[in-house]
Amino acid sequence: MTRARVLFLLVVIGLSQPVAALSPSEQLKDPAQEARARDISAELRCLVCQNQSIDDSDADLAKDLRRLVRERIAAGDSNSAVKDYLVTRYGEFVLLKPMFNIQNALLWLLPFLILGVGIVAARRLFSGESIAPVAAIRAELTEEEKAELERLTTDKS
Amino acid sequence: MIVELGHFALVLALLVSIATAVLPIWGERTGNRRYLAVAGPGSVIQFVLVSISFVALTWAYLGSDFSVRNVYENSHTDQPMIYRFSGVWGNHEGSILLWVLILVLFGACVAAFGRSVPATLRALTIAIQSSITAAFLLFILFTSNPFARMDPVPLEGRSLNPILQDFGLAIHPPLLYIGYVGFSIVFSFAAAALIIGRIDAAFARIVRPWILIAWATLTAGIAMGSYWAYYELGWGGFWFWDPVENASLMPWLSGTALLHSAIVMERRDALKIWTILLAVLTFSLSLLGTFLVRSGVLTSVHSFASDPARGVFILIILCAFIGGALALFAARGPQLAGGALFSPISREGSLVLNNLFLSAACAAVFIGTLYPLALEALTEAKISVGPPFFNATFIPLTLPLVLAMPFGQQLAWKRGALLPILTRLFVAILAGFVVAALVAGFVQGAPVVTILGIALGVFVVVGSLDDLRIRASRGGSGAFFSRLFGLPKSIIAAAFAHMGVGLMVIGIAATGFHEEKIASMAPGETLTVGRFELSFDGLQRQPGPNYIATSGTFTVREGGRVVAELHPGKRTYIGKSMPTSETGRHTSGLGQVYLAIGDTHGTRTDVRAYWKPWVLLIWLGPLVMTLAGLYSMFDRRLRVAAPHRAKAVLAAGAAE
Repeated sequence: MTRARVLFLLVVIGLSQPVAALSPSEQLKDPAQEARARDISAELRCLVCQNQSIDDSDADLAKDLRRLVRERIAAGDSNSAVKDYLVTRYGEFVLLKPMFNIQNALLWLLPFLILGVGIVAARRLFSGESIAPVAAIRAELTEEEKAELERLTTDKS
Repeated sequence: MIVELGHFALVLALLVSIATAVLPIWGERTGNRRYLAVAGPGSVIQFVLVSISFVALTWAYLGSDFSVRNVYENSHTDQPMIYRFSGVWGNHEGSILLWVLILVLFGACVAAFGRSVPATLRALTIAIQSSITAAFLLFILFTSNPFARMDPVPLEGRSLNPILQDFGLAIHPPLLYIGYVGFSIVFSFAAAALIIGRIDAAFARIVRPWILIAWATLTAGIAMGSYWAYYELGWGGFWFWDPVENASLMPWLSGTALLHSAIVMERRDALKIWTILLAVLTFSLSLLGTFLVRSGVLTSVHSFASDPARGVFILIILCAFIGGALALFAARGPQLAGGALFSPISREGSLVLNNLFLSAACAAVFIGTLYPLALEALTEAKISVGPPFFNATFIPLTLPLVLAMPFGQQLAWKRGALLPILTRLFVAILAGFVVAALVAGFVQGAPVVTILGIALGVFVVVGSLDDLRIRASRGGSGAFFSRLFGLPKSIIAAAFAHMGVGLMVIGIAATGFHEEKIASMAPGETLTVGRFELSFDGLQRQPGPNYIATSGTFTVREGGRVVAELHPGKRTYIGKSMPTSETGRHTSGLGQVYLAIGDTHGTRTDVRAYWKPWVLLIWLGPLVMTLAGLYSMFDRRLRVAAPHRAKAVLAAGAAE
């Protein structure tokens, strides 16, 4: 029921519809500028939609925002200047990629912290305790036994 | 009458499930075997009763009995039969009933096919499963009764949501639920083992087939949903990092970790605590997903209030089962220590690495999905977490894992060495480089990320399959093929499942080659996308069984030759104002020409056309993974009746 549920909500709320969003008449003449507009649009949220970027949405507000983005680009703004402009007007909510700041530090860092803690925790399973005894046992073996052990441990998986 | 029978069967099922939940545990505590023996028949009776209930609801849908509120709200007499049928689970109440049907199906399967499982473990597993069933039956009967009647009886129903009237979505929920809910039985096994206090390598072997079936169907269910979103939404995307998608991805990630850690537990008696914890967490994430989706809490914190009873109820179920399992875990955990130690560079080490990265990736999805909710609840600050965030965190956490996969397959148990593996993987590494060079040479302006992604995918595909060749050529050159076909099914399955991941990686990387054209076309005009020429022949209006379609006719030419005629369009369903889109697709090799139409202004129609080379690999990969998972269930070690037969032979031998 994954998409279904959300679409169900979409249809009930009546905010958006699953039909091609960006229309040809909105596009900028300069392909390089248009490509930038598309990239920026994909990172901006259609504020009245469920998890849709303004590039994907058919809502009127998304259309207005797409026009705004293209106006700013045509006026010579850089990508980040366009986004800053929209954030000052609509708040951080408009960004689909949250800013990296104190408020969002946990959001950005926690997955990597968890990986780090996991690696440290997993070290208990390894070496230290295990390699040392193995090395000690090895030292007691005869040359013949060592060769046999080498053969057994390197070949098989 | 039949509807009341269904309702009554559900109430009976609740009573039976409570008895089946309580008596076996009582029996285990007091050593009373008769109470333990309740489990088997109890689970089968629950399955029969819930099936009766499900059939009764289906009956009401097929016969368009609008005196049942649920049927009235989600069906219509004009609806084709298949969508009247799929309407049963195309709504909240019916889909929860399907949920419970799958819960009791798994319980009954343990009773029917779990003969090799020790009797006490089997009885307690069924008891735990029954307690989950009881909780959800209470949920249905108190908050989401699908059998509620209405008076006066309306003449016509309000019809199933148009977007759900699609074959893909008719079969997507049952598949997804078998996977989602399938992990409940793994949870039950883990909880039962914790109660008994015996957790060893044998336990890992017992739960393995159950993990495999849940994992394989969940993989298929998610892929199915992704393909549906691709062809139905008209944006041509395949994954949107939508919270509801994330809710299904989280149990998949932790279930994949579980699948791998259980191997270490089975072979080396290590990672026991972690494996049990993962079994608990995976089903907890399934429950969390159900809670997030059903309560509406994801839409906005405020819509939680729109149906507080359901949300709160599932939250209570969630807390009770996770809390209970973790308490058990805390009590038994210290006894679980031990198991063999190993070098970080070893098969075990690689499986630990797999678990670390999968867990971190799962955490990224979890945090990305829930952080905005938590932040808004605590500080009222509103932020959005969308695809760019997930791409920036999830991909770096999964790429190393994909790269490590072929190495892991080659590593020796206990302690291995990387250098010999590098030489063994020579073929795969070479294949990756050659393909990268070919792509860079032949496709002008190919993005570097795309080339690297495709090279990685090719490396994984070749490396995974090459594992079979390497294993079969061990011990001399003769009898290669008999050794190849004699390899354990689980080894073959692992190679193919990993190959599936590689195929998917190639498909995803190749999205960098997708060509998009957005144009406004009048009849008679043509548009070129990729090596295809699309000419627009005109728009027609056609009535369907319960909708009116506006569709365009496009002729697709490749090198001047007509290869297809496509009819992308929009459908307006009777009684609904919102149109749905129907994309037109032409498959060429593994790629697709993809067409969607938008608004019409006078004679001109907005058209979106794509050429998506290799796009089908995105779903072909998971399909291969699913089939490999199912194939692995037939491995000899897992054959449920195998120990039985061995015992029978022993008994026969003793009698002689």
